[in-house]
Amino acid sequence: MINIENISKSYDGVLALDNISLNVKPGELFGILGPDGAGKTTLIRILATLIKADSGTGTLAGLDLVKDYRKIRTIVGYMPGRFSLYQDLTVRENLEFFANVFGTTIQQSYDLIRDIYVQIEPFNERRAGALSGGMKQKLALCCAMIHLPKVLLLDEPGTGVDPVSRKEFWDMLKHLRSTGITIFVSTANMDEAEKCDRVVLLQKGKLLASGTPSEITAAYPHPLYAVRANDMYRLINDLRTLDQAAGCYAFGEYAHLSMLSDNLNTKDIQHFLERKGHEDVEVLPTTANIEDCFIELM
Amino acid sequence: MRCSENWPGNEKDLNGRTAHITAYFTAHFTAHHTAHKMNRFAAFIKKEFRHILRDRRTLLILFGMPVVQVLLFGFVLTNEIKDAAIAVLDPSHDAQSIALTNKMVSSGYFKIEQYLNTPAELEQAFKEGSIKLALVFPNDFGHSLAHNNKASLQIIGDASDPNTATTLINYAQAIIGDYQATYNRASIPISIGAETHMRYNPEQKAVFNFVPGVMTLILMLVSAMMTSITLAREKELGTMEVLLVSPLQPIQIILGKTTPYLVLSFLNAVLVVILGIFIFGMPMRGSLLLLGAECFLYMFVSLALGIFISTRTKDQMSAMFFSALGLMMPTMLLSGFIFPRESMPWILQKIGMAIPATWFNPIIKGIMIKGVGLETLGVQTAVLGGMAIFFIAISLRSFKDRLE
Repeated sequence: MINIENISKSYDGVLALDNISLNVKPGELFGILGPDGAGKTTLIRILATLIKADSGTGTLAGLDLVKDYRKIRTIVGYMPGRFSLYQDLTVRENLEFFANVFGTTIQQSYDLIRDIYVQIEPFNERRAGALSGGMKQKLALCCAMIHLPKVLLLDEPGTGVDPVSRKEFWDMLKHLRSTGITIFVSTANMDEAEKCDRVVLLQKGKLLASGTPSEITAAYPHPLYAVRANDMYRLINDLRTLDQAAGCYAFGEYAHLSMLSDNLNTKDIQHFLERKGHEDVEVLPTTANIEDCFIELM
Repeated sequence: MRCSENWPGNEKDLNGRTAHITAYFTAHFTAHHTAHKMNRFAAFIKKEFRHILRDRRTLLILFGMPVVQVLLFGFVLTNEIKDAAIAVLDPSHDAQSIALTNKMVSSGYFKIEQYLNTPAELEQAFKEGSIKLALVFPNDFGHSLAHNNKASLQIIGDASDPNTATTLINYAQAIIGDYQATYNRASIPISIGAETHMRYNPEQKAVFNFVPGVMTLILMLVSAMMTSITLAREKELGTMEVLLVSPLQPIQIILGKTTPYLVLSFLNAVLVVILGIFIFGMPMRGSLLLLGAECFLYMFVSLALGIFISTRTKDQMSAMFFSALGLMMPTMLLSGFIFPRESMPWILQKIGMAIPATWFNPIIKGIMIKGVGLETLGVQTAVLGGMAIFFIAISLRSFKDRLE
């Protein structure tokens, strides 16, 4: 559905995208994961035909990103990273406006947006600027898909939204995908990336890895342990001094310790920590998540 | 018209929409799949009017500004002078000096604030600011005039306000010249005096100058500044991105954004003309239709300039700044509205010729005051038309349908 080859883009000599190629299949929920400044917005804007790549080619639904940009604009739904609806118009007025711009009406598209729209419909007469972050994103999504787009381009829809609304939003995306719409979504959030069918990791304009979330985590090269003790800060510092330690980072109440080899088992690590005076030590073998992979690849 | 091609919509659609909106209120979004092809253009205009009506500041600028400007220029910034306070130091105190003083007062321009006895009092009166002008007669004014056929007197103006001082001294000299002419006529059979006569505006009413001036300013303000701000706002808030990634063509976005302001500008022009005629007694001697048509021409030029500015700016503040600095200031200062173009340095006169108001101002004056038609205003109209085509072409070219 989306196919780009060797796309590069730089701003004032700074490379924002470095030779990116990727391929999104029809009906896929495809994620780009990367920290701020990785080039996610640039990539989405290139797909939305808002900017041109310096080099490389790409097609969306078989249409050329540069030559056929007018046609592409009629079949994509685009949701920018910043809330970009009219704050001084009400929910209904916003929706009505975008429906009319795309030559449809709220009624005609009602079935399409119903699942999302029922949640904001009670606030029909409220101005968009007065909505909560989660509500704003739901309204923006409604507006972006009111014309039954073939491809949805969503730039960090989960940013600035509370965890509950974010989960609801992603449930909606999964539901939408089941209707056959191809969804291309960027995120800086590892949890969101794990909900995608396929994901690419983007860092400083370079593609680090791509595949299904499980393919990416399965490719993690080191033995990995989840370690817990009373003093997390001291724990991490001590673990990093451990012979053969590749890295150690905090994940909630556990620290993830990766080892260059499996010379040491969980007992050895536990003894090491107890000798250092740590209390309530717990060491478990664990599997890598996307974030571990990201840190490893960085 | 091209519009109707771009926005397929007709009577039936409009009726259909009314029905559709009613259905929405009653059935509350029951999904009925009647084909409604709502007019895109109408939707855009509706949205734009909502923005305008919901923003108090915009409303204030749109409708408060013209009224305030007309009234301000009308009542405050008038350069007519009446009853200016003067002082007279007249040690000779003879028939001639008294007659001349009386002639001054009866002109209506001057009223005597005080009679002075010594030159020291003169200094005092100027320092207090109680007088604008002083007449100082010599000891032997009448005597000298009778025996030597000439006499001199001093007119002293308060040049801390140079414009007023110059005007008053001109008035005073005219009155003295007049007096001299009548005196000559009595003694010498023939005397030739240059007589000036101000045509069209014999009383030199300032209103004849500022009503057209305010009109050029207001139309520029609403058409150019408001358009550039409203377009820059879409960019600043990121909604332009969303509009661009839609089936809307750039020309549709531009027309949708500017049409409401075109309508409002025209309402403003009507408002200024009505205020000018009914409050300040401005005449309307020419064709209203022609005036309206010329207003539209000028508004097109202004709109195009506004669009052009918006393509070069990223946010509302800079759009406002550039419109104010690049359009409003020259319109006010260089078009001949406040300062006469004839007295400007050569280079400023040339720059002034690039300003639409320089050409529009004589058009309004010509139609309203002189009652002339296109046969005399052809050049100005042609120049404005040329500017309209030029700037519309430039602004359409520089309107980017991508983000870079």
